[in-house]
Amino acid sequence: MDTLVQLLDAMVRVSVPLLLACLAGLYSERSGVFDIGLEGKMLAGAFAGAAAAAASGSAWIGLSAAILVAVFLALVHGFASITHRGNQIVSGVAINFIAAGSTIILGQAWFRQGGRTPSLAGDARFQTIELPGAAAVRDVPVLGPIYSEIISGHSILVYFAFFMVPFTWWALFRTRFGLRLRAVGENPAAVDTAGISVTWLRYRAVIITGILTGVAGAYLSVAQNAGFVKDMTAGKGFIALAALIFAKWKPVPAMFACLLFGFLEASSIRFQGMDWPLVGRVPVQLINALPFVLTVILLAGFIGRAVPPKAGGVAYVKER
Amino acid sequence: MSTPYAKLPAWADYGLIPVINLFVAFAVAGLVVLLVGESPVQAATLLIKGAFGSGAGIGYTLYYATSFIFTGLAVAVAFHCGLFNIGGEGQAYVGGLGVAIVCLSFDSVFPWWVNFPLAILGSAAIGAFWAMIPAILQAKRGSHIVITTIMFNFIAASLMVYLLVGPLKPANSMAPQTRTFAQDAWLPKLGWVLELFGASIRSTPLNLSFVLALVMAVVVWVLIWRTKLGYEIRTYGFSPKAAKYAGVGEARIIVVTMMLSGALAGMMALNPVMGDQHRLQLDFVTGAGFVGIAVALMGRSHPAGIVPAAILFGMLYQGGAEISFVMPNISRDMIVIIQGLVILFAGALEHMFRPSLQAALASLSPKSMGMNATKREGA
Repeated sequence: MDTLVQLLDAMVRVSVPLLLACLAGLYSERSGVFDIGLEGKMLAGAFAGAAAAAASGSAWIGLSAAILVAVFLALVHGFASITHRGNQIVSGVAINFIAAGSTIILGQAWFRQGGRTPSLAGDARFQTIELPGAAAVRDVPVLGPIYSEIISGHSILVYFAFFMVPFTWWALFRTRFGLRLRAVGENPAAVDTAGISVTWLRYRAVIITGILTGVAGAYLSVAQNAGFVKDMTAGKGFIALAALIFAKWKPVPAMFACLLFGFLEASSIRFQGMDWPLVGRVPVQLINALPFVLTVILLAGFIGRAVPPKAGGVAYVKER
Repeated sequence: MSTPYAKLPAWADYGLIPVINLFVAFAVAGLVVLLVGESPVQAATLLIKGAFGSGAGIGYTLYYATSFIFTGLAVAVAFHCGLFNIGGEGQAYVGGLGVAIVCLSFDSVFPWWVNFPLAILGSAAIGAFWAMIPAILQAKRGSHIVITTIMFNFIAASLMVYLLVGPLKPANSMAPQTRTFAQDAWLPKLGWVLELFGASIRSTPLNLSFVLALVMAVVVWVLIWRTKLGYEIRTYGFSPKAAKYAGVGEARIIVVTMMLSGALAGMMALNPVMGDQHRLQLDFVTGAGFVGIAVALMGRSHPAGIVPAAILFGMLYQGGAEISFVMPNISRDMIVIIQGLVILFAGALEHMFRPSLQAALASLSPKSMGMNATKREGA
């Protein structure tokens, strides 16, 4: 029981950056802008967050810096792929490299700790929050540990991430903005005909993507860890992309996909080198590769079919 | 890939625009150098001196360039078919498996000139296989090739870690690598060629696979512009619909092109594994697969552009190492930024300067822009 609770607790913690990045990608891709630069924006956000938090001593200033930098990179992506109708994949790849290189170079130049930022403590980090009554119900069987260990005792960004799931659903499926956002990803010409600016809608989607990837980055370096480490996203942006496809571009399934991939990651750390009955030792590399293998299988249409937004990846050319 | 923009004269399209894009990319990189408190001019001087200032420097520059020619050609072949093969990194990584299998099996059986062609076949076959799966999934099941090839990069990395800490590692060793090959599986070095030109070098990693890379550049040129298959590839890349009406098998052309691309990426492994380190190590590709994207974009997918672009990146790799001795703030990771900027300006933003350039050219000589009459047709 204890092992399970710890495992689920770890699952929540490692799935948060995936979830934030996944929702970030959801806005962008639903508007018809593919974004494989989630990884880079998250990484740049993590670096900016940790650097600003270290310099100012405030986690909130760190978070703001992370969001600013990630939004800036998102706007570069928008500028290339919306304004100049460049190839969206190429632009995303470029952003990943720019982020990977500049975080290391600037980190080394500013802090001289081999690409790390100084380690954060106290107010410079987001502290965990004990939900009311967590201590009181700890001893209640089953529900007690679930509430006090798994649900309570996370930083505010974790709650923000899970709050964003119903919020995204509401924004996408119950507001005028959401309807237009989805329409512009399916048929931009129709939206244009209705007199709504395709460009401005897509830019807004890309900015939301920037904000959420910034929060994801700040979570990594200012909440989950106490500082930035070189290449700390380690493919999380791509796993988030995989989760997005897995969830067929829908917010609630996206949460479950991220929890599933988070569970795989948590258990690969937890059960490293353990012998299982019947199968023996499962190589940890196999578990690490599982999210990617699952996504490939899903994309191939063997478990249901993932159909991306119709106008995704195509720049809109207005008729004159 | 077709563009929604009007045509420029050829000299502007193939000469001026890439130069402007590159110039902007390097100017932004210079800003980063300024930002960390160093002089961009001094950095550039050090870079060129480090890359071409000595025989050893040239050897290293060309050694890195060898890898980038292979991966650049790989990306370019796929580009001609309208496919974005972002999986060169993974294909090169598993290609190393092909080299290692040949070398470990035959290194005490055959001389190097038998092992070399076998290793070429081995690396190309495994690289092609690794690209074939995403290709089939795209052709038959409609899954997006960019996403699948990214996933295959990660799967390749996990697979290789598994093999190198497990089955491929000698029993008495801790390091995650194979045993060192016997001398008969080492490629001859090309240091003596550099010495012919008067350079004196003790050792260089530059090896015979550089010649193979140049041969492959010619082969790719012949394939794309002088064969029926190349014509089909370009037709499909320009307009899949037109290719289909012309009787080009859609699935066949996608799978064949991706396998060629994967084979070229796989061959990149020959250079470090058989030519220099003489064993299979973790992460021996070190991003060369991704550099190929920048090289292909910069070289405009033409071998005559790819070879110089690869040498430029080889120069950045080698010169970057030299800079970091003098300027500790600038490590080789600077290359990653430059690579990103080149991809951004030569790739995603390649049309940014086109409208203004067009306007400038039109105001200079309105006659030369007469072809503008057909401007909106394709768009």
